[in-house]
Amino acid sequence: MTAKQEDYYIPNPSPWPFITATSVFSTLLGLALIINDLFFGGIFLLAGILLFTYLLFEWFGDVIEENNLGLHSKKVDSAFRQGMIWFIASEVFFFISFFASLWYIRNVSVEWLGGTGYLSATHDFLYNQFDAQWPTAGPGAVGEGFSPMEAWGIPALNTFILLTSGATITWAHWGLKTENRKLLVGGLITTIILGLIFVVMQAWEYQDAYEHLNLTLRSGVYGSTFYILTGFHGLHVITGSIMLASILGRSIKGHFSPKSHFGFEAVAWYWHFVDVVWLALFFLVYML
Amino acid sequence: MTNEAVLHSHIEHAKPTGWRRWVCSTNHKDIGTMYMIFALIMLFLGGASALVIRAELFMPGIQLTSPDLYNSLVTNHALIMVFGAVMPAAAGMANWMIPLMIGAQDMALPRMNNLSFWFLPAAAIMLVLAFIVPFIPGGGTMVNTGWTLYPPLSLQVGMSMDFLIFTVHLLGISSILASINIIVTILGNRAPGMTLMKMPIFVWSWLVTAFLLILIMPILAGAVTMLLFDRNFGTSFFNAAGGGDPVLFQHLFWFFGHPEVYVLLLPSMGIVGSIIATFSRKPLFGYRSTVFSMMSIGLIGMLVWAHHQYTIGMSLGAVTYFMIGTILISIPVGLMIFNFIATMWRGSMTFETPMLFAIGIILMFSFGGFTGVMVAVIPGDIQYHDSMFVVAHFHYALIPGALFGLLAGVFYWIPKWTGYMYDEKLGKLFFWTSIIGFNLTFFPQHFLGLAGMPRRIVDYNLIFTEFNVISSIGSFIYGLSHLIFLYIIIKTIRGGKKADGKVWEGAKGLEWELSSPPEFHSWSKTPEIK
Repeated sequence: MTAKQEDYYIPNPSPWPFITATSVFSTLLGLALIINDLFFGGIFLLAGILLFTYLLFEWFGDVIEENNLGLHSKKVDSAFRQGMIWFIASEVFFFISFFASLWYIRNVSVEWLGGTGYLSATHDFLYNQFDAQWPTAGPGAVGEGFSPMEAWGIPALNTFILLTSGATITWAHWGLKTENRKLLVGGLITTIILGLIFVVMQAWEYQDAYEHLNLTLRSGVYGSTFYILTGFHGLHVITGSIMLASILGRSIKGHFSPKSHFGFEAVAWYWHFVDVVWLALFFLVYML
Repeated sequence: MTNEAVLHSHIEHAKPTGWRRWVCSTNHKDIGTMYMIFALIMLFLGGASALVIRAELFMPGIQLTSPDLYNSLVTNHALIMVFGAVMPAAAGMANWMIPLMIGAQDMALPRMNNLSFWFLPAAAIMLVLAFIVPFIPGGGTMVNTGWTLYPPLSLQVGMSMDFLIFTVHLLGISSILASINIIVTILGNRAPGMTLMKMPIFVWSWLVTAFLLILIMPILAGAVTMLLFDRNFGTSFFNAAGGGDPVLFQHLFWFFGHPEVYVLLLPSMGIVGSIIATFSRKPLFGYRSTVFSMMSIGLIGMLVWAHHQYTIGMSLGAVTYFMIGTILISIPVGLMIFNFIATMWRGSMTFETPMLFAIGIILMFSFGGFTGVMVAVIPGDIQYHDSMFVVAHFHYALIPGALFGLLAGVFYWIPKWTGYMYDEKLGKLFFWTSIIGFNLTFFPQHFLGLAGMPRRIVDYNLIFTEFNVISSIGSFIYGLSHLIFLYIIIKTIRGGKKADGKVWEGAKGLEWELSSPPEFHSWSKTPEIK
């Protein structure tokens, strides 16, 4: 099994796919129970997350070991690359569903509720006091009065931070390609720190929104779209940071060579994807 | 030499036995088999719920189910059939056949392949939980929204809706991973000489389908996530008081839902194309145009979703666009059907069970397509909307268009899978009983709908009784005919006449050059295509 093969590498039977499905099921079951206030949900959730974390180490460990044994041919490598590209494509469409909702709410539903357009019946019969505007908590003023988030405070700073992190990871990549270990590790550490600063800043922003602006999840459509977009993006930043941390560990161990470092590239792609989503978000959620 | 020896020992080593062979599988054939067994179980579960519905509708009045239970059964029937039976069966066939057809040793990402399968039983358990939770005291109300999960009703359903939302998430992950795998396999692992335009039509149909799935499943995931937030965390996406709009959900749902129809349809059309070529002993007529028509079905299919929502009050410009776009789809679909018919022209045809199904599909799916043009026309649709006519239309489109294609595929390929021929007589018996039962069930529903019987309501006016009686009798013939199908499958697996490598005289393609059944690891020597 250790010799190099010309043929496509087919892994031996592996328990991790089954365990992955089990852990995700347990996590979602736990969530479903928790949001309905059933106390044993937490056990399922915790068990699912722990199992998932454990199997990530094991599954990726297997793949890394196979790679070190030289079992991954060019074809396998290209399959991983394409797989990652299509995975990111599906993630892009996940965000598109939220961006499209934001567009629809701002340009269609709020307009109609304000009485413009040919569908003004809801306005005429239910909410004839309501004027279309953005931001809004809707004609029912759900969640009561709030102030919107300013673009040129923390968000602009966060844009700067994420853009810089996109540069530092390229810096690390350059270090990897030129076999400059210091640059590689230094670049990665900087990127992770920038990612973490971003998350902390966003948490701070959320706290500010809840405490001073009365901008909450319940603040009508503005609060809804604001938190679902920034929230899911934030989750992706956290995921990306975890991925970066694992890549940092592998870099320190010397797993990557200038020619073969798909693991690094996959994470870099993901990080750039998170970056681009934020740019769209900054423009469409904060600025417009 | 040494390489081959190593490879050989590796292959010997990798043929596992016992439960590990299945649970930990990385073999495309075993995973394909698991997909199909899962789909068969779901087919019977979904069929059983449909029979309860028809039994209830046998007579006017409320006999068997409460209105809520009735609608919960409608919801579950749809979800089980779409996500549990048709999609996994098609994915199972993709798993089995695509590597054989393009000369690949296995799927490109074998472990992820197994992962996408195991998400399905997890989703099935979640779906069953969503169904039974309301029967437990304090479990809330039943999911009575239909598979479309429209708010505001879906916002008022009890906790079972949360289980259903997570079911959709699990199904979505499963489909996306399976699609990624199929695309990567087709684009990266073809044997030398197997150019894209030489690929069997089934492989093409799945390539288009997989692209569709990667683009639409995340949209559904996003939509139900917003539903989850509206239900539990006080957001207002679908709440007019907060500035949202329930119609937004409909747009998102049908942006997924309409391409989903083609996700169900296209793999079956790929199967039909190969079957008709085989049993007409001619190559597929207009291969290129069939490929391009599949692509344009996929493309236009993404742009016409709102024809499911004519009655919500869109602007005249919008509905006109959606009407024209929808009717445009009949051009590539018609092209595909005419190519199939032209393939038969002057062929030396024989009528084994797969061919019977294929011809039945052409006739009945075309019928479903014609009623599709009827419901695509706005003024007509305002009359037909939410009536039994729509039920008849989409069952004529989906049962021949998706399910019969998959059944035809089972008969076509089961000798390859098991190494034994199925019982031709029983196969033909199954074909005729199911065809008669199917038409008896759904044809009268056209008249019911035109006469004004609404769907998704447990009771109906006395004037609709006769046609409902016919429909219910037909449904039991149709449903019970599947016991013959089950018997044929079990009998074939247990033994029978040995099948050759090339099962059908007129069959062409790489998969028929292998023995029946193929070795556990096929194409260990990559073939070359001239």
